[in-house]
Amino acid sequence: MSLLKITNLKANIENKEILNGINLEINSGEIHAIMGPNGSGKTTLASVLTGKKEFQVTDGTVEFDGKNLLEMPPEERARLGLFLAFQYPVEIPGVSNANFLRLALNEKRKYNGLDPIEPAAFFKIMREKAKIAKIEQDFLTRGVNEGFSGGEKKRNEIFQMAILEPKLAILDETDSGLDIDALKIVAEGVNAMRDPSRSFLIITHYQRLLDYIVPDFVHVLFNGRIVLSGTKELALELEEKGYDWIKEEFATA
Amino acid sequence: MAEQNNLIEEITKSEYKYGFVSNIDQDITPKGLSEEVIHFISQKKNEPDFVLQFRLKAYRAWQKMKEPTWQKVHFPPIDYQDMHYYAAPKSSSKTKTLAEIDPEILDTYQKLGIPLEEQKVLAGVAVDAILDSVSVATTFKEKLQDLGIIFCPISEAIQDYPELVKQYLGSVVPYSDNYFAALNSAVFTDGSFVYIPKGVRCPIELSTYFRINAAQTGQFERTLIIADEGSYVSYLEGCTAPMRDENQLHAAIVELYTHKDAEIKYSTVQNWYPGDKEGRGGIYNFVTKRGLCAGDNSKISWTQVETGSAITWKYPSCILKGDNSIGEFYSVALTNNYQQADTGTKMYHIGKNTRSRIVSKGISAGKGDNSYRGLVRISKSAENSRNYTQCDSLLIGDQCGAHTFPYIEIENKSSIVEHEATTSKISDESIFYLNQRGISTEDAVGLIVNGYAREVIKQLPMEFAVEAQRLLSLSLEGSVG
Repeated sequence: MSLLKITNLKANIENKEILNGINLEINSGEIHAIMGPNGSGKTTLASVLTGKKEFQVTDGTVEFDGKNLLEMPPEERARLGLFLAFQYPVEIPGVSNANFLRLALNEKRKYNGLDPIEPAAFFKIMREKAKIAKIEQDFLTRGVNEGFSGGEKKRNEIFQMAILEPKLAILDETDSGLDIDALKIVAEGVNAMRDPSRSFLIITHYQRLLDYIVPDFVHVLFNGRIVLSGTKELALELEEKGYDWIKEEFATA
Repeated sequence: MAEQNNLIEEITKSEYKYGFVSNIDQDITPKGLSEEVIHFISQKKNEPDFVLQFRLKAYRAWQKMKEPTWQKVHFPPIDYQDMHYYAAPKSSSKTKTLAEIDPEILDTYQKLGIPLEEQKVLAGVAVDAILDSVSVATTFKEKLQDLGIIFCPISEAIQDYPELVKQYLGSVVPYSDNYFAALNSAVFTDGSFVYIPKGVRCPIELSTYFRINAAQTGQFERTLIIADEGSYVSYLEGCTAPMRDENQLHAAIVELYTHKDAEIKYSTVQNWYPGDKEGRGGIYNFVTKRGLCAGDNSKISWTQVETGSAITWKYPSCILKGDNSIGEFYSVALTNNYQQADTGTKMYHIGKNTRSRIVSKGISAGKGDNSYRGLVRISKSAENSRNYTQCDSLLIGDQCGAHTFPYIEIENKSSIVEHEATTSKISDESIFYLNQRGISTEDAVGLIVNGYAREVIKQLPMEFAVEAQRLLSLSLEGSVG
């Protein structure tokens, strides 16, 4: 079943066109990887899907879970089940991870017509999910990303994803800046959450992460357009040949 | 840029939630200040002569003084002859029990959410509620009396414990201290009096709720808290005022006095009417608060959350006279729309090994202007003393201001003073991050601001901390679009 359907999506920032007609369909349970050279529009795609306001959508449609995604404010998209693991998670000093996540989860529950979760029940969920992202107990009471290392921040993103149980999780270069051990933890977290009712869109520059999270489909983004699509073998080919041939072949496209 | 403008517009949408006026019969003096008015107030309150003389001396000193102008707040000249100096609910003079209180007053308190009813009292808060100038209800008094604790309106203390009042009144803030202190000393109408006897640890939080109700009234309450040797008390003060177009003056005095080994913790949540979004009306909150750590090993701790008032201008201070005494100041001051705040503290180190800690968190939004002004003075006698100051500013939007004026004077070589300061903005990235987790922009701002202020809020007793968090969020409602 189609969960996300992007049709001819065009978007710009400060009148500079970044996305130039994206078409992509993701079904429930699938893992899609988007690769591409720097500046090809990968992060912009994630930002437009999640509703970051400095980007203007100039054309196209995005359907998510049967709804017109582009009409919704960012928080509503999140409550509907769209999650972004940020490339650079921000620090919110003084706000504990636990408080922040309880508020986030309750907003989602409210949106779905459920009662707020009791603190005790929430604490139990947190303890369970903490295992998925291999995080320590003190993570929960520390300020959101406050003083976290790069690896801790990325693990915290996976932890949040585990708590919020999205329908579609977008991982924006989650592998950047991670050593191999941290990378494995992130990948294991994602794999533990694989589910027929959950999809992933993994944005990455390198093939490395895809050794651990095996995608169903791989797309190459260049100049704001998907120029090539294939299976996981395409990622290996890119790893071997680099992006230069893509640039040459599709420069005029 | 368009977004920035939207954002500013959004900020100004936030409205004061406590702006209702109660219809209570008032007993009120004619406008203006003179020796006759002072005689009238003193007579009305049936005061002993020493209080009248104190008032008159203060009034004469005040007449010779000039309104200070060094502060970084601006307001049109105040006409001191154009306000009332005494206003009392007519029905209050005979009030004894909760059941006898004017239902309109109780209703007022209910709207404010003040824990005046019995069930709240059982939760452990004794309330001395002050409406305009007279305390209307004091709860829990008898239980405290068993411990020898005195907690009553100061006018009652003047009647019942004149010796104590005579000994301590003006001992920390002399009537000649400053312009507004002199004015208060001349015309103070009510306030709280607390005495904790030797070795007693007050088992509950003592609390006062101030509210300005009458129009064109100045409120001049005066609070005096004495902690005798080895005693402890935690005192809470909360404030609100109804919406009015004109400005109202609130010039209070709070005096704290700790003997040897005693501790006073004084917490304020101030939410006076801040004026409307065009900057009309609002309270001028010009208050003198000072504590004297007279005895060795004593401690005074001020915590304030200031979200209201058109102008907040005050410096809760500590005089650390006793050896090893400790002074603390934790402050959150929020200015939105056209609010102005010039607030901070003064720490006077006199005794040996004295320590002080200052944590100030300013929040500016809209066209608000927020200044921290603080003095740390370590005198020659204060050997091995320490001060730590942390002074942070948070800006929301691009039309507000934040300023820091630290004054540091050190007269010996064995003491250490540290000062840290930061300025930050609520970034679009932070808001978006929280939006992406399903949290609305309004809640996101509230969360960020409360996180920023956490170090101060956690100093407050639980009940107040919850209210303070709510107030911070309310005061910034819609502040980022």
